[in-house]
Amino acid sequence: MKSSVQAKRDTLNGLLFASPWILGFLTFVLYPLVASLYYSFCSYDAISPPHFIGLENYRIMLTQDPLFWRSLWNTLYMAIFGLPVSLAAALGIALLLNQRIRGISIYRTIYFLPSITPVVASSVLWMWLLNPQVGLINTSLHRLGISSPPAWLSDPNWAKPALILMGLWAVGGGMVIYLASLQDVPASLLEAASLDGAGRWAKFRHVTVPSISPVILFNLIMGLIGTFQYFTQAYVMTNGGPQDATMFYALHLFNRAFQDFEMGYASAMAWVLFVITLICAIVVFRTSARWVYYAGESS
Amino acid sequence: MIQPASERASRRRRFRLIAFAGLCASHVALISIGLLFALPFYWLVSTALKPDSQIFAMPPVWIPHPVVWSNYPRALHYIPFALYTWNTVKICLYTVIGTVVSCSLAAYSLARIPWRGRNLVFATLIVSMILPGQVTMIPTFAIFKWLGWIGTILPLTAPAFLGNAFYIFLLRQFFMTIPRELSEAARMDGCTEFAVYWRVIMPLAKPALVTVGLFTFIGSWNDFLGPLLYLNDERTYTLSMGLQRFVSQHGAEWAMLMAASTVMTLPIIVIFFLAQRTFIEGVTLTGIKG
Repeated sequence: MKSSVQAKRDTLNGLLFASPWILGFLTFVLYPLVASLYYSFCSYDAISPPHFIGLENYRIMLTQDPLFWRSLWNTLYMAIFGLPVSLAAALGIALLLNQRIRGISIYRTIYFLPSITPVVASSVLWMWLLNPQVGLINTSLHRLGISSPPAWLSDPNWAKPALILMGLWAVGGGMVIYLASLQDVPASLLEAASLDGAGRWAKFRHVTVPSISPVILFNLIMGLIGTFQYFTQAYVMTNGGPQDATMFYALHLFNRAFQDFEMGYASAMAWVLFVITLICAIVVFRTSARWVYYAGESS
Repeated sequence: MIQPASERASRRRRFRLIAFAGLCASHVALISIGLLFALPFYWLVSTALKPDSQIFAMPPVWIPHPVVWSNYPRALHYIPFALYTWNTVKICLYTVIGTVVSCSLAAYSLARIPWRGRNLVFATLIVSMILPGQVTMIPTFAIFKWLGWIGTILPLTAPAFLGNAFYIFLLRQFFMTIPRELSEAARMDGCTEFAVYWRVIMPLAKPALVTVGLFTFIGSWNDFLGPLLYLNDERTYTLSMGLQRFVSQHGAEWAMLMAASTVMTLPIIVIFFLAQRTFIEGVTLTGIKG
């Protein structure tokens, strides 16, 4: 039995050791959370004190700001089309790498490096690669016989696909996580499936995918959160253009807050983003019960 | 039924042939995709070494001839690189120290001290990770404005000393794997809680601490939104800020832009090669245990 003196000492020590984070949580999470909810009902320019205006910010957002809807759609576009493609690409490469092949660490390095390249640097590099007239991508497409390749970042229809393409280059982080989980797929299960006459696809579909499903869920959730906050690439490469095709939610929010100094309005946008993120996370978690299997759990 | 030996041998040979073909296909796929991934890096470096006439040449020039080194000094002339690098390194170092110290303390509390309320603290920590940064961004900006810290590096470094939910979580998972007997033994010898943390757990947790340090360093080196929000004086700019400002002013100077991007990326690649294993293990730890 633990003595009450020891229990008290533990509580004191526990609080003491955690106190930096607790202080950080109160100052940089809890207070801002409450304050931004309050600001969202205010007109606030960060110079004079916030002035309560009720639901006005939300009303303007939903009825008078076409850019709000545009940026929301652009962001959802990235989540609906970009995210699945990059999750699949990361898994595909991980599957290729998950074999007894010589030089595997060299491949892994090549695939991983783009994901830790500074975003501003890789954005600058891709602006150059995607340059419609002299960029490497279009000159190569020309040589392959495509006479009028897309203008990428200069074409409203191709700007988002161009950013998705650039995102594919940086799938290394998710790829490494998949790779580690693939190495933990029980060999006995795969062998048993082979003995039962399962082909490659059947083994992948019915053994590998269920085994790594918790990691798929992890990458999906992290990917969603990241996509909703997509900012730097758009700020550096296109600044929202052409014709608002890359005006993403976080960029619109930033502009309203720090260019127009409409901090109240931006706070309302932030809360809408928060609620959308929360709903998506809950939906994913709810449906995940159907496709995620945890080892050691009977289903 | 017993198969004749020759038939068995031929089947085995056929099987090996299929496996060999499969291996070849994998290699071909890995090499061709690998080339596609490496190509942008090659283009980055080679563009930086080309004279202007070859940068816009049609068809593209693959190997710069002659190799032009002057783009580097030119870029370094336009962008005060030494200053920006120093600013960035300074922010990175403070952030790394602050994060490692504060996160290991909190993780120790959550993993190694049995106290009432720690489950609540842990649950709060997990929930706080899903909160989008945009929600806290504006009030946080207001706090730093109130403190008079806008334009200094303090908004970028000071919060690191108050922990980071993600890294606390990572370290906590690692601390949980250290046998309980080790800290019990130290306590029997009369060690204080802090001594157990400092002398027993921290030395054992070196790989995890290095991982957190590396991730923090790279995150801080690559950060753009933070400097964009808080740095308004060119003399305090980081490399990310400097490069972005340069792009918006001299958009078409591709050789110089590529030279600058190379210089900014190089330290990250060097760090990666020095600590490759820690890196991969760290990424894995965040994902698997998550």
